[in-house]
Amino acid sequence: MSSFKTTEGMAHRKKSKRKHLVHLFLLPAVLLYGVFQLYPLISAAFNSLYSFNGFDKNQFIGLQNFITLFKEKPYNTFFFNAFQHNWIYFFVTVLTQLAISLLLALIIHSKIKGKEFFKSVFFLPKLLSVIVIGFLFSLILNPTRGALNSLLDGMGLEFLTRPWLGSMDTALFSVIFVDSWASIGFSMLIFLAGLQAIEPEIFEAARIDGANPLTILTRITVPMLGPSLMIMTVLVFIGSFETFEYVFAMQGSTGGPYYSTDVLTTFFYRLAFGTVDGGQSIGVGSAIAVVLFLIIGLATSTILFVFKRKDFER
Amino acid sequence: MRTRWYFQTIKYLLLALFTFIFVYPIFLMFSSSFKTNIEIFTTPLSLPKSFSFENFIEVWDVVNFSNYIWNSIIVSSASVFIVLFVSSLAGFYLARYPFKWNTAILLFFMIGLMLPMKLAVIPLYMMMMKLGLLDTLFSLIFIYVAGGIPFAVFLFYGFFRTVPKALEDSARLDGCNEFQIYYKIVLPLMKPAISIVGIVNLINVWNDFFYPLIFIRTDSLSTIPLGMLTLFGEYDTEWNLLFAGLSLSALPMIVAFLFASRQFMEGLTEGAVK
Repeated sequence: MSSFKTTEGMAHRKKSKRKHLVHLFLLPAVLLYGVFQLYPLISAAFNSLYSFNGFDKNQFIGLQNFITLFKEKPYNTFFFNAFQHNWIYFFVTVLTQLAISLLLALIIHSKIKGKEFFKSVFFLPKLLSVIVIGFLFSLILNPTRGALNSLLDGMGLEFLTRPWLGSMDTALFSVIFVDSWASIGFSMLIFLAGLQAIEPEIFEAARIDGANPLTILTRITVPMLGPSLMIMTVLVFIGSFETFEYVFAMQGSTGGPYYSTDVLTTFFYRLAFGTVDGGQSIGVGSAIAVVLFLIIGLATSTILFVFKRKDFER
Repeated sequence: MRTRWYFQTIKYLLLALFTFIFVYPIFLMFSSSFKTNIEIFTTPLSLPKSFSFENFIEVWDVVNFSNYIWNSIIVSSASVFIVLFVSSLAGFYLARYPFKWNTAILLFFMIGLMLPMKLAVIPLYMMMMKLGLLDTLFSLIFIYVAGGIPFAVFLFYGFFRTVPKALEDSARLDGCNEFQIYYKIVLPLMKPAISIVGIVNLINVWNDFFYPLIFIRTDSLSTIPLGMLTLFGEYDTEWNLLFAGLSLSALPMIVAFLFASRQFMEGLTEGAVK
């Protein structure tokens, strides 16, 4: 009797021990993500409160790095200059990229032949590395040897030729154009997925009621695309404040000419890994990271909130 | 529904215009890589006079191109494989075993989805310095794996919840242990999730420039995107080599896309919407 009890107890213990092994399923993901992503993210926030000597943490200085960033020259000049460019980047991208990709999605969704072909063609640039795209366009937009100016010349449009990346008036817009060129196919697919989710009966009913195509577009299609528009606006916003590679590839880490394409990430890069002075740069760089965390976090939740409220009102 | 002919014509004209805008730069990149430097300079838009592969051979020699490709393959395949393995296990755990901390763990992974990881690069740099991993491919693999995990865990978690439990219960009665259930029963049903996570991570890792720029100093350890920086730094006037280098870099992904365009497009959009 007693021996039966012990074996049962042992079997039970063995089983519960094996049960604990199940936690091994979770462990590798938690460890890898915790150590190499979450810890650095939190650590970046804390670093902004310290002074640094090269990469060595010196002492706690409270919000001094933020005061330096916002108030002290030349940091504040660089910061607000770059900050402004990020906003321009966002607004121009939202207006052009989203409008064009919505137009393309509407065309492909309508009655046409070769849908799959056009989808693939427009999506193609998304597969290339951003640095390959950036470098490719630095060649195409070159003032003397580039293909764009040659093309304009050949079409008799000499008056339009200009140093696209070399002039302060056009440089930022050229970079944004290249970014949009690469991203339109992706946002088009998001809109297309949204369009396909709308029930065809709704359009049918509107048409029977005598609505013209423009009314259908503005009163039915665009409002029904709310979720896709929201996703894309958030993604474009995050992309505009995170943007680094296109500027780096075409205009260098200083965002040339004369910092006219400088953005927060290139300024951040120069502070952390460039040659701006040794003493303060890591602390101030971390402060930029925190500012960007806050902007992206706040904007993402604001946009989500606005769209949510619109949903309730309707 | 009647469609007016001029309306259709405008649509096709627009499609043709945009096809030109999207394809021409890529076409120009490939066609220019067959030209000589003088040809590119004098007639930038015309087709190459002859098809010789000289530029490709030369660019292969002047920079460590074979190393770049090899490094990109190692980093991409290791990162994608590890992300798939650890995230599918974690997703399985979270979907199947109702522990009280599961919600907290999902929130823990959510933070990584919301904040841009690029900005954590200073602490990452210090950490890699302490671990002695600066200027090694391991630093890249660790970063890409960590960066890929949150999205992958959520996707797998969502998919695992759609699989009925009955299959697993009968396997358990047949004496399978938990790992065998994951490996033999559930994982084979996960092919759509595996392909989405795999494609999203493959494209991200293969094309990434930012982390190699920060963590890799030795040219022979560069991945393809970082190798382009070397090429453009050293041969900035020899455009025939630059175009050939860019074409070689772009080719693998374009070929992969030709074979699996639908999977690529579906993978990336579903990745963004979920």
